[in-house]
Amino acid sequence: MLQQLEGSRAMAVAVGLCRPGVVCAYPITPQTHIVEDLGEQVRSGRLQNCDFINVESEMAAISVTIGSQAAGVRSYTATSSQGLLYMMEGIYNASGLQLPLVVTLGNRSIGAPINIWNDHSDAMAMRDAGWVMLFAETNQEAADLHIQAFKIAEETCIPTMVCVDGFILTHAYEQVDLPSQEEVDDFLPPYNPKMQLDLAQPQAIGTMVPPEYFMELKYEVHENQKKTVAVVERVGAEFRKKFQRHSGGLIRSYKTDGAKTIIVTMGSVAGTLKDVADELGDEFGVVSVVSYRPFPTDALVAALRNATNIIVLEKALALGVGGILANEIKLALGGSGQKIRSIIAGLGGRLITKALLKDCILAHDGDPELFLGLRHDCVNSLKK
Amino acid sequence: MSYSTIRDRFEPENTALQSDYNRPNTLTSGHRACQGCGEATGARAVLDTAYRATNGNLVVVNATGCLEVLSCVYPENAWQVPWLHSLFGNTPAVAAGVASAFKIKGMHDVRVIAQGGDGATLDIGMGCLSGMFDRNDDVLYVCYDNQAYMNTGVQRSGSTPAYSRTATTLPNAKYFGNAAGTGKNVPDIAMAHGIPYVATASIANIQDLEKKILRAINIRGARYVHVHVPCPLGWGYPPAETVKVARLALQCGLFPLFEAENGILVASTPIDVLKPVEEYLRLQRRFAHLFGKNANPEAIKMLQQIANKNLEKYRLSGGLSDV
Amino acid sequence: MFQVRIHGRGGQGVVTAAEMLSIAAFLEGKYAQAFPSFGSERMGAPVAAFCRISSREIRLREPILEPNALIVQDRTVLEPAHALEGIAAGGYVLINSPSPIGLEFDGLDGVTIKCIGATEIAMEHLGKPLPNAVLLGSFAAFTKKIKIDSVIEAIKTKFSGTIAEKNVAAAVMAYEKIA
Repeated sequence: MLQQLEGSRAMAVAVGLCRPGVVCAYPITPQTHIVEDLGEQVRSGRLQNCDFINVESEMAAISVTIGSQAAGVRSYTATSSQGLLYMMEGIYNASGLQLPLVVTLGNRSIGAPINIWNDHSDAMAMRDAGWVMLFAETNQEAADLHIQAFKIAEETCIPTMVCVDGFILTHAYEQVDLPSQEEVDDFLPPYNPKMQLDLAQPQAIGTMVPPEYFMELKYEVHENQKKTVAVVERVGAEFRKKFQRHSGGLIRSYKTDGAKTIIVTMGSVAGTLKDVADELGDEFGVVSVVSYRPFPTDALVAALRNATNIIVLEKALALGVGGILANEIKLALGGSGQKIRSIIAGLGGRLITKALLKDCILAHDGDPELFLGLRHDCVNSLKK
Repeated sequence: MSYSTIRDRFEPENTALQSDYNRPNTLTSGHRACQGCGEATGARAVLDTAYRATNGNLVVVNATGCLEVLSCVYPENAWQVPWLHSLFGNTPAVAAGVASAFKIKGMHDVRVIAQGGDGATLDIGMGCLSGMFDRNDDVLYVCYDNQAYMNTGVQRSGSTPAYSRTATTLPNAKYFGNAAGTGKNVPDIAMAHGIPYVATASIANIQDLEKKILRAINIRGARYVHVHVPCPLGWGYPPAETVKVARLALQCGLFPLFEAENGILVASTPIDVLKPVEEYLRLQRRFAHLFGKNANPEAIKMLQQIANKNLEKYRLSGGLSDV
Repeated sequence: MFQVRIHGRGGQGVVTAAEMLSIAAFLEGKYAQAFPSFGSERMGAPVAAFCRISSREIRLREPILEPNALIVQDRTVLEPAHALEGIAAGGYVLINSPSPIGLEFDGLDGVTIKCIGATEIAMEHLGKPLPNAVLLGSFAAFTKKIKIDSVIEAIKTKFSGTIAEKNVAAAVMAYEKIA
């Protein structure tokens, strides 16, 4: 049903429709509204057969869900920023144990300096943790991606994170078409664990693995991740077929046919960039990466093949190195000779406006690395 | 119950399950524990008892540490129960999740035991343990306390006794081992949470340990049992003397045996033959610097005072005295 | 696209006003996007919220820099919040004030200003100085960009029971005062 509601609420409803058995809540801005709503769903009885647990830290949130998922129950939690860092040991543990958790990340910067606003630093801190990481452009997609996330995770035994821009999506009211329980049940079968704590067949989960086996196990997980590219794409297509909506998949291309300049990005800023591309004309297109992990190398290479200028706009930065997505795109396009520029934008919630984007995109002779809207006077005064 | 007379042990109600040929063998032979490992001894007694009491409806969550490393190194596994290891500091939370899952699945007969060493329990896992107590999660948490980080090579933990030598509290001309007046008492902390059941136990008194596990496993909500498990490697005594060392810890009063319900002390085990702490300390190389040519009688006196305080606090006096 | 910026102070329901406006527009079959000025403002601090209304899908995520309409829930934030900044030509400015306020717009044609004592109406109906629903009622009459019936429905979506009824009554009174 089409509704006008807050993004967090839309995601919470979508998660509830996936019938999680355990939901953990620990507050951190800006994801908190999601778990608040799930708590209300459980207390009001709208979400049945679900244990909603208020825990004492993000480490406990991820750990409780690790335990419940290992015991064979679909489990969920949400976090942001410092919270993700605090649960990081569990993040790696969950993927190592091949537990298909689903976690929402309300993207927010990482301190110090402390800052509660949106960027993608938190997500980038776990890019090598062996999770599937999906980025939403709108709240419709944010809701839809959660339904797909459970399916992808449970099919591949890879925990899946849905990344949504903090405040920009989590706190925005817009229209979202939420499916019925029957539709979701039809799309997402009940959780059928491939491995669990089983009284009939006792086994040890999470044993120490010595050097003679460790590399083989990691290799297997690595190969599994690579195969997941096809799963993410297929689940996106299945979703499209069932719900008649483009949500998910690997990448989304906008006006890329014949475009000489293509801007590559992730998350909600793709919307603003599409408006910018419209205003700049036919030679400008946008590609947004939906599936950041697994990294859709082939799809990106195909989408960017005919562009002469590629601009990677991202809300994160490897300090001392540069754009993270930009470097991965460079690696993917290695030796193609295409011009690739990196724009770092929106760190710590810095405004990203159409006007700034246009100036920056049109500045052909600009630096290979540029910070959108950087206040040079402020930088100079900080030096003093 | 008093514990040390041979007569007591032959009374049917005092026969240990561990002495039963048909006991469940939750931690089977062939594992990699050191000779004389107190922790392995304790864990098998705890889990065998729980396994029998629950008719096998038992799931175990284990913290990182000696017990995890000694029991299963892929592709081998000594556990005969469903067993999960996640991390070092999150075991109470993982166990809470497991308990929640079985509740949601309607499998109400399944009991969850979480277990770890003193480092996992009272240092790195303290936050999660307190959270588990706070929510009264349906988990029996068992701490095997060998009073230092043995798995990593005997470093100080919050449970390391005053004046004890560890790799990070080395005695020298200026220092006498671990600083006095430090450390924490987790049974007290557990009691302060008001959880249904808290007990201490020792591998020197298996009958008492089994009775307490039997009680604990049949209560619902958060339960905590703290088991004293000497470590021949870390404490520096011959492997054959593990039980002797454990028994002396009880007999001198340094490790009191008691039970508490809902935060209130309800029972303690009186010491029938009280021993001076010196007898306990002299057996262990970790206290060797307190004796000999640089002896520190003040330190021994201080440890005796700690034992004396326990006698009073937990009402352990009442038997004969060597002191 | 019609863009509305709402100014006020934390605790006055500024964000809720933007949300209700977006719901009202949605109920009329339009696309709408409402969002707060993100931050950790406490009670009493100047806050702003935004609402875009369009017949087409809204993709733009920047804050509203050139509003077609302004709702000022608290006249004391006019200066400190630079509330009037960027107002578009032909724009509407609705201010919560029982008496008229003189404002100057350099070189801007056709900006119309309307003042209404929304706090007084709110006190009368709700017994609390919460002017957001009242102002949405006046906004409907003032700009004619949204129907009062949609505003009423939006209020009922966000509130329930007697609180909803009282807010509806207050909004309708404000609507009639201006219409």
